[in-house]
Amino acid sequence: MPSLKDLRNRIASVKATQKITKAMQMVAAAKLRRAQEAAEAARPYSERMGAVLANITQAIGGGGDAPALMTGTGKDDVHLLVVCTAERGLCGGFNSQIARFARDHIRKLLADGKQVKIICVGKKGFDILRRDYGALIIERVDLREVKTLGFVNADAIAKKVIHLFNEGGFDICTLFYSQFKSVISQIPTAQQIIPAGVVSDAAEAKDGGSAVYEYEPEPGEILSDLIPRNISVQVFRALLENAAGEMGAKMSAMDNATRNAGDMINKLSITYNRQRQAQITKELIEIISGAEAL
Amino acid sequence: MPEAFKFELVSPERLLVSEQVESVVIPGAEGEMTVMAHHAPVMTTIKPGVVTLKTASGKEERYVVFGGFADIVPAGCTLLAESAVAVGDIDRAELARRIQEAREDAADAKDDQTRSKAEQFLNQLTTLEGAILPA
Repeated sequence: MPSLKDLRNRIASVKATQKITKAMQMVAAAKLRRAQEAAEAARPYSERMGAVLANITQAIGGGGDAPALMTGTGKDDVHLLVVCTAERGLCGGFNSQIARFARDHIRKLLADGKQVKIICVGKKGFDILRRDYGALIIERVDLREVKTLGFVNADAIAKKVIHLFNEGGFDICTLFYSQFKSVISQIPTAQQIIPAGVVSDAAEAKDGGSAVYEYEPEPGEILSDLIPRNISVQVFRALLENAAGEMGAKMSAMDNATRNAGDMINKLSITYNRQRQAQITKELIEIISGAEAL
Repeated sequence: MPEAFKFELVSPERLLVSEQVESVVIPGAEGEMTVMAHHAPVMTTIKPGVVTLKTASGKEERYVVFGGFADIVPAGCTLLAESAVAVGDIDRAELARRIQEAREDAADAKDDQTRSKAEQFLNQLTTLEGAILPA
């Protein structure tokens, strides 16, 4: 049985922890709002990019002059996985969810006899994946210093990937990130970025889709300029979704922690009060029985 | 008074401009072009340069863009820029950094094709720098 002093100390320490988690929750909430705004602001670009891309693909009609980034190498022996996670922990199952999802994927690929290469974006994913597949990790991108996620960050990652592709480093590239559905639910997602699968329905839905475009320069040239850009955009979107998801996960994790701390304080105070009362009663009994003995 | 049409300037980070304009001058890859209402559908890549737009209210605004492409339909014009800033807000150091980068790219290009591309890009950047410096 802990003494009264021990209990007092524990209550004080839990209270201090609660204050920290509470503060973290509020910080996460503020950051979440900013991350969501950033994600929203980036949406028009990626939407239009998708529409334009679909348009051009239609114009070319999947002809032979489509760049390799789109058609792929025709093989699927070497897979490159870009696993995007957060830089920091304390956000519930956010990082491990993505890592687990990626790990399942890797296991499947390895079982099929494919070769796997991994690029880790974010420290946490690297820490988790290093244990099992450390040998497969070819690079890690550190975004720890980055305060606000800019397009340049995504562009740098995409350039690396494309560079690797041009050197024949891999055949298929898949992007792993967490899709931000709501504050309490983030869905780990795998998205294939090379070869780029283009949704051609988007063009038909748009009114301008049927117009006959003039291209300047040739469609093929535009396309080869566009595809790398589109890859950057997709990486950027993944990073933004991740940032929002991380903050959402952190917010709910910290909310839980704050609530748990509250419960713990209640329980400890009850024990504390009960023990104090027991001690008082014990002392009273001692005094009374002492008086009776006289 | 010329008819107004919808113009949008979008960078990956945000939507910069979305308003009714009378005309837009775009630094197309194959030369500058002025877009007005009911332009024939054109899709073009753009080189680093200055986009000048004349809004329906008669104001003139200038933006610096670094590459991207424009999607022009009769109903409007959308410019997807890799990065775009208003001329007044341009960061000289940022521009200098880009030029430096382009110079390095040109220097360590492996084959002629990439070198000529990099040099072309560098050229465009320096022209751009010259164009906005007095502003």
